[in-house]
Amino acid sequence: MTGYINSIETMGLVDGPGIRMVIFMKGCPLRCLFCHNPETWTINGATAITSDEIVKKVANNSTYYENGGVTFSGGEPLHQPEFLLECLKKIKELGIHTALDTSGVGKGMYEEILRYTDLVILDIKAITPDGYLKMTSHTIDEFNHFKEVLNKSGKEVWLRQVIVPGINDNEEYIRDLKEYIKDFNNVTKVELLPYHLYGIEKYKELKIPYRLDGVPPMNETKLDMLDNLLKEE
Amino acid sequence: MQGWENFKGENWKNNIDVFDFIKENYTEYLGDESFLVGPTEKTKRVWKVCADKSLIELDKGIYDVETKIVSGINNFKPGYISEDDDVIVGLQTDELYKRIVNPYGGMRMVEQALAAYGYELDPDVKKHFTTYRRTHNDGVFSAYTTDIRRARHAGLLTGLPDAYGRGRIIGDYRRIALYGIDFLIDKKKEDLLLLEQREIDEYVIRLREEVSLQIDALNEIKAMADSYGFDISKPATNAREAIQWLYFGYLAAIKENNGAAMSLGRTSTFVDIYIERDLKNGILTEEQAQELIDQFVIKLRVARHLRTPEYNELFAGDPTWVTESIGGMLEDGRSLVTKSSFRYLHTLINLDSSPEPNLTILWSHNLPAKFKRYCAKISAMTDSIQYENDEVMRPIHGSDYAIACCVSAMTVGKQMQFFGARCNLAKALLYSINGGVDEMKGELIVKGFDKMTDTVLDYDKVMAVYDRMLDVVAKTYVDAMNIIHFMHDKYAYEAGQMALHDTDPEKLMAFGIAGLSVVIDSLSAIKYAKVKPIRNKDGIAINFAIEGDFPKYGNDDNRADDIGVDIVKRFYNKLCKYPLYKGAKHTLSILTITSNVVYGKKTGATPDGRAAGVPFAPGANPMHGRDASGAIASLNSVAKIPYAHVCEDGISNTFSIVPNALGNDDESRYSNLVSLMDGYFARGAQHLNVNVLNRDTLIDAMNNPDKYPTLTIRVSGYAVRFNRLSKEQQLEVISRTFHGNI
Repeated sequence: MTGYINSIETMGLVDGPGIRMVIFMKGCPLRCLFCHNPETWTINGATAITSDEIVKKVANNSTYYENGGVTFSGGEPLHQPEFLLECLKKIKELGIHTALDTSGVGKGMYEEILRYTDLVILDIKAITPDGYLKMTSHTIDEFNHFKEVLNKSGKEVWLRQVIVPGINDNEEYIRDLKEYIKDFNNVTKVELLPYHLYGIEKYKELKIPYRLDGVPPMNETKLDMLDNLLKEE
Repeated sequence: MQGWENFKGENWKNNIDVFDFIKENYTEYLGDESFLVGPTEKTKRVWKVCADKSLIELDKGIYDVETKIVSGINNFKPGYISEDDDVIVGLQTDELYKRIVNPYGGMRMVEQALAAYGYELDPDVKKHFTTYRRTHNDGVFSAYTTDIRRARHAGLLTGLPDAYGRGRIIGDYRRIALYGIDFLIDKKKEDLLLLEQREIDEYVIRLREEVSLQIDALNEIKAMADSYGFDISKPATNAREAIQWLYFGYLAAIKENNGAAMSLGRTSTFVDIYIERDLKNGILTEEQAQELIDQFVIKLRVARHLRTPEYNELFAGDPTWVTESIGGMLEDGRSLVTKSSFRYLHTLINLDSSPEPNLTILWSHNLPAKFKRYCAKISAMTDSIQYENDEVMRPIHGSDYAIACCVSAMTVGKQMQFFGARCNLAKALLYSINGGVDEMKGELIVKGFDKMTDTVLDYDKVMAVYDRMLDVVAKTYVDAMNIIHFMHDKYAYEAGQMALHDTDPEKLMAFGIAGLSVVIDSLSAIKYAKVKPIRNKDGIAINFAIEGDFPKYGNDDNRADDIGVDIVKRFYNKLCKYPLYKGAKHTLSILTITSNVVYGKKTGATPDGRAAGVPFAPGANPMHGRDASGAIASLNSVAKIPYAHVCEDGISNTFSIVPNALGNDDESRYSNLVSLMDGYFARGAQHLNVNVLNRDTLIDAMNNPDKYPTLTIRVSGYAVRFNRLSKEQQLEVISRTFHGNI
C-alpha cells in the first residue's frame, strides 16, 4: 500500500525512547496556532512511499533501533489509517518498538492501530472544548473519542503540551492540566514543550498568514517553573 | 611480598605470556562509576606545575630542548615534575617539557626544528652525525628511486616516515612489571642461542644483531630505572611498582624514539590486577589507587617530541598518540573491563579533558552495560575518547591487541607495524585523466600514460586507466615503504621497544589511502552525471563542469558506496602483488588525521565538483555536507568499507552531533550514544570518533580561544585541543557535517 510522507529522519533521538526512525507523514485536519510544520497540513508535494519500502528502510537500519524503534509523526499519522496500520503490523513483525506521535484526531480504526502501537505520544492541544477549538480550529469531539479508545487499550502514553506565551503559560492552566491528565491511563511521561519561532520562515515560503505574529518564544525559565508546578506532588 | 604471590596460573610463569597472566588473574567489574574518587592534593599540585609550565610552552612553541645530548634510553639525568609530590617518577629529559633531539632519523628535521624555535645543535653532536655516521634519512635518500622521488615531490605519497621516527610500535611494557628485566634478558639470550640453530642467512644475521641490541637496551632500561632509585631486575611486588615499572618501559621508548605515534598498549586491566591485590591486602586505598593512575596519566600527558612547523601543519596540536586501549572481550564471554578501566577514564574528570593519552574503547555490544553508559557519559562530557569495534578486531588479533596511533590494531608484543603514511588516491585519479602530469605543478610525475582528450569523461575508460595507474602507484608505494623500513631498522632501530616483543614477531606493513570520499564521488559523477574537463593550454584538466546529479558517498546509496568498496579492494590487491621487507603482511588504512587539509591543499579540482585546494574529508568520512540523508545513512556508508582482509589497518570515521539532537536529557543522551555505537558496530564498522558539541561553540572558541583553554575535540583518530589547531584546520572542522536538527 502507498502512503504519503513529508520526510524520514533515520536518527530521531527526541521522539520517543532511544534512537528511532521518525516518519513524518503528510496531511493533518488540525490548524494549530503554534504549528511549526505547516508544510505537512496537506498532501501537496508529498513523497509517495509503499509500506514495504518503509519496512525495508527500518530493517536495513534495525541495528540502531534495538533500544529505540520507529515513530510515526507528522502531519497526522492517523490521517492515513490503512497505510499506518499496514506499516505498524509489518514493523511489529520485525520485533521493533512502535510509537505514534499524534493529536488523536484521525479517521477511526483506532482500536486496531493501537493494537500494533507500543507507545502513544499524544498532544494535548487544550483541555476545554472552547480552548481546543481556538487552538486547533477543530472541535474536541474526535480527540475525546480517541482518548476513550486509548484508555481502553492500556497502551503506554506520553502526554505533550505546547506552552504558548499569553495562551496557556499560566499557573491556573497548569493546575487544571494536572487534574485533566488524571483521566488518562498508563501515562509514563508528561512533557511541556516551549513554543518556538523556527516555523515562521516556512509560513512565509508557503504564503500562509502566521496567526501568532508577535508572540515571543516561550521563556525557558518560566517553562521550567511551570514544569515544576506540574510535577510537584 | 613476592612479585607473584597469590597470582594464579602456571604457563605465564615459565614463558613470557602477559595475556595468560591477565586471563588467570583479573577481576571483571560489572558495577558503575560510584566508587571513583577525586584527585589527591599531591596530584593537584603536580598537575598545577604542569599546567603552569605549559603556558610558557604554548607561548614559545616549545619549552626547551636539549641540544648537547641526543636521544637514548639512559642518556639523561633523572627529572621530576615535583620531587616531593611525584608518585610515579620519570621524565624524558632532566626537566619537564624539555625536548629531545633525535638525529638517528635525520639531521635535516632536527636542524629545521631547532632553527624554528631559535636553537642550534651542539657542534660535536652535529659532527658525529654528519661525519662519523649516517642517518635513516641519508640511507633512504640514497636508495629512493626516481619514481618515488617524483611521487613524493608532488604529494602523491605524503607523510612518509623517511626523515623522523616511524613510530606505531607498541612495546609490551607490562612485561617489565610482570617479569622484571633480568627474566626478559634471560629469555632474549635463550632466543639468541636458538637462532644459532637456523641457517645463518641475511634475515637471521639481521635478527641476531637486533636481539643483541635488544639485550643492550634492556640493560639500559634497568640502569635508567636505577638512576631514579628503582631496581627493576625482579618482578614488581605491588601496584605502585607495577605502574612505575611499566612506565619505565614506556619512558625508555619515548627517550629512545620520536615516532609520530608512540602508543602505550593495553595496560588498565593489567595494572588492575596489582591494584586489586593491594586493596585486598589492605596496603592501598581507593584514593591511592586513583592517585597512581592520575599521576601515571600526567606522565603520559607531558610526553613531548621535537617537530618541525611543517609537521605540525600535518598533525596539529603536538600529538604523541599515547593510545591506550580499554575494554574489549575475551572469547569466553567475559569482558576485560575492570575498575581500573573506569579509573583511567576518570582521569578526564580528575585532570580535565585532554587529547592524551588517546583513550580508546574497544567496543562490543557485550561490554557491561554500566561501563558502556560511563563511556558515553565521558564522551558527552569531554569529547576525548574514541571507539573501536572489538568484534571485528578480536577475530584477527585475539583478545590482547592494542591500538597504535588511531586505528591500527596489533597483538601486543606479538605483532609490530611498519608505518606507511598514505597515498593520495584523488590525485592518482587526476593523473589518470592528465597523463600522469601533476595538475598543480604541471610536471610529469607518473610516466607511461596519455592525456585524455575526451570532452565528456567516460566511466569505463577512466576506470581502465585508473586501474593501470593504481598498479603503478602501488608499486612505487611499496618500493618506498621497503626502502624506508630497511633503512629505519639499519639506522634508527627501536631496540628498547623491540626488546619488549617476541623475538621474531609478525610484521604488518600499513599502507594508507587519503581522499577516498573524493575518489568515490568523482567516479560516481563520471558514471552517473556528465563530467566535462576544463583544460588549460597544456591539456591538463584544471577544473570540471558537471551536468546532472549523481549519487554521493555518505547517503547509504550502493551506487556510490560500491565504488568505494571496489576502490579499496582494488588498491589493496595491487599492493599485495609486491612482496614486503622482512616478509611483512600488507595492511591498509583509511585515515588522514588532520592531514586531510594539507592533502586537499595540494590537490587540484576533482570531478566531484570539489574546487582546487579544498580540504578532503578526514579518514573515511563522506565529504562535508554531501551526507545529506541523515546521520545513520552517513554511518552506514562508511560501515560498508571492508575491514577484514582489506582495510585491517583501520577505517576512521569522525562523527559530530549537537547535544540537543542527541537526547532531551543527559541520561537519554548517554543511552542514545550507546545505541549509536551498538548500531554502528553491529554493521561491522571499525572506528568512531564522537563529538557531542555545537558548531556555535567551535566558532566561539575560534574567535575567543582564551575562553576555551581545554576544549578538546576528536578529529580523525585522535583528540586535539581545539585552540592548538591552525585557523585553516579549525575552519575545516567547523565545516564538517554536524548531525542534528532543531
